[in-house]
Amino acid sequence: MPEYQNIFTRVQIRGPLHDGVPAPSGIWGRQGKPFFSYFMGQIGNAQIGPIYLGTLGIASIATFVIAFEIIGLNMLASVNWNPIRFVRDLPWLALEPPAPSYGLRLPPLQHGGWWLMAGFFLTTSLILWWARIYRRSRQLGIGTHTAWAFASAIWLYLVLGFIRPLLMGSWGEAPPFGIFPHLDWTVSFSLRYGNLYYDPFHMLSIVFLYGSVLLFAMHGATILAVSRFGGEREVEQTVDRGTASERAALFWRWTMGFNATMESIHRWAWWFAVLTTLTGGIGILLTGTVVDNWFLWAVKHHVAPPYPHVYGHVANPITSGTGAQQ
Amino acid sequence: MRLTIPLVALIGGLALAVLAVLTLQRPPIHVEQDGYRGTGIQLISSPAATAAAFAINQAPEALPQNNAGPPAGSIYKNVQVLKNVPAGAFARIMVSMTQWVAPKQGCGYCHVSGNFASDAKYTKRVARRMIQMTIYTNAVWKSHVKNVGVTCYTCHRGNNNPQYVWFKSVEPPHATGLMATETGEARPSLAADGSALPYDPFTPFLVGKPKGGVNAMINTAGTTALPDGNRMSIQQTNWTYALMMNFATSLGVNCEFCHESRNFGSWSESTPKRVTAYYGLHMVRGLNNNYMVPLTATFAHNLLGPSGDVAKVDCSTCHQGLAKPLYGAQMAKAFPYLQGPATLADASPTSPAASGEADPAMITMTSAPAAAAPATAAPAPAPAGQAGK
Repeated sequence: MPEYQNIFTRVQIRGPLHDGVPAPSGIWGRQGKPFFSYFMGQIGNAQIGPIYLGTLGIASIATFVIAFEIIGLNMLASVNWNPIRFVRDLPWLALEPPAPSYGLRLPPLQHGGWWLMAGFFLTTSLILWWARIYRRSRQLGIGTHTAWAFASAIWLYLVLGFIRPLLMGSWGEAPPFGIFPHLDWTVSFSLRYGNLYYDPFHMLSIVFLYGSVLLFAMHGATILAVSRFGGEREVEQTVDRGTASERAALFWRWTMGFNATMESIHRWAWWFAVLTTLTGGIGILLTGTVVDNWFLWAVKHHVAPPYPHVYGHVANPITSGTGAQQ
Repeated sequence: MRLTIPLVALIGGLALAVLAVLTLQRPPIHVEQDGYRGTGIQLISSPAATAAAFAINQAPEALPQNNAGPPAGSIYKNVQVLKNVPAGAFARIMVSMTQWVAPKQGCGYCHVSGNFASDAKYTKRVARRMIQMTIYTNAVWKSHVKNVGVTCYTCHRGNNNPQYVWFKSVEPPHATGLMATETGEARPSLAADGSALPYDPFTPFLVGKPKGGVNAMINTAGTTALPDGNRMSIQQTNWTYALMMNFATSLGVNCEFCHESRNFGSWSESTPKRVTAYYGLHMVRGLNNNYMVPLTATFAHNLLGPSGDVAKVDCSTCHQGLAKPLYGAQMAKAFPYLQGPATLADASPTSPAASGEADPAMITMTSAPAAAAPATAAPAPAPAGQAGK
């Protein structure tokens, strides 16, 4: 009897190596002889391969590599091709968008042209990969839920790097490629536009993000907890509720008065994940285009409460006439 | 031993623990509420760091007051700034300066042995300017230094050259040609607390006279709920952010010392300390523009920065990690002649005295009593800084 009452995966099943179900696979066919990996079996299926890349997959990887190289080589150039400094400073390095003075014009390569090019190839790569996911789903005869969830993430990416800069009339509004620099951009974005936390769509995005985490933990825990009663066969139990399903349902009714079903919990999870980036993208899109200072917007609409000024009135020295200018 | 998930998790956890111990601040952390509840205006400090700072930020004992004697200018030659100060107080200031700035070298660090009147040493000419700068700071910038004031010791702390100064950064080596150019950021920024923000937030804000003024460059945030034509960019905000990080680390405080984090730009939500900091910014600009930069050619070359610029002032030059330099010790109080009048400060940066040029006549003279002190009385500076926008 497999042992599931553990926080780590204990069961590693190794059947005969197989190529998987028959399905139309386009002109490329499945590549590679499958093999077993003990380590991969610790976190997932022990069988690796075969892989199917196809036209879309190859094109997506190629464009991704181009974008990756443009970003990486420009970072390497920024440390004068010094590999040691490159490794040491990598988290700080960036390929930055053009200065705001370029607006939406095409800047010279060294002044943001590389950034624009990297963005183009990375976007192409993502969209090709999306098409690949969609087509693989169709050809395997399964639903396209994964593709649409991925599309939601691409929406946020496009808003940040393309749609919003277009609406603002400046590529310089977009984030840089870089580990710390894109995080600094996030903070500066919030500082410039008066605190993103007062953006209601940002609020929604956080709700769905944290909600996704909560749902994931609740669902994963529930299924593992009832696995000794066959709960891992959760999808079959959607229509054929066994004792595992009944116990799981009762557990949640007892603890919070309501329970999802074996079907609905997956819809909850899917929607929460999809809505995280969908609402996030809307929130970013409105920033600067429709709202210039989210805190003041929130005050105007009675979202942010006024607090007493314990220090009395602190006057702006610039406008109150006492401002020193040196 | 087989590589299992628990083993990997254990090793990863250990690595994280080591990283945390080596990089994060040691607990406990002291949090003090400093604003209305719910606004998150809290001051964060570490008792360990405070104890360490307390040990090294003590004001030295002041020498006993001595205001006896005739005006220094009437018995010493070539006394230009402190000429009306009683000889006793003058000597007290000179001895104190030696303790503050050149305790090892003594008088000879600035003065020619046997001819104290001579301006031959550049250190003396710089020191004269620095006395004026001290008077200027105490007299004109009450809005920032309040009753604490400054003396030479506030910055020098017994060193010939203040420990915390800044130079214009030089671009780190990078490839040229078609590769992306240097943008002044996206490198480890010591000035901005190790972030990837601009590594030289000083040059644009703390020196020079940028068109439109620095206030407009710093205040990037929207001031109305809906767009009203504010075209300040996110990239420009990075520079403000870097400058503010430098303010915070220079003073050893977190953002909420001055700001309410709901809306950093709003003055009415801020604490009054932000107003003090605002005057500090403009004071520092005045010190750099009117006192430090004109002395560039006078300083020894090995004291200049990598691009040949003079050492310049920022918040940390005086504050050295504390919200109030030397924990607010009112050192300047014991030296009334370093507090004014502002007319002694000579804020005209174009005067030869301001650039520390040696007048040949002042080099050859001897320290014999003078018939008349060469009084290059400076024109009264505009009561600077209070001129409004």
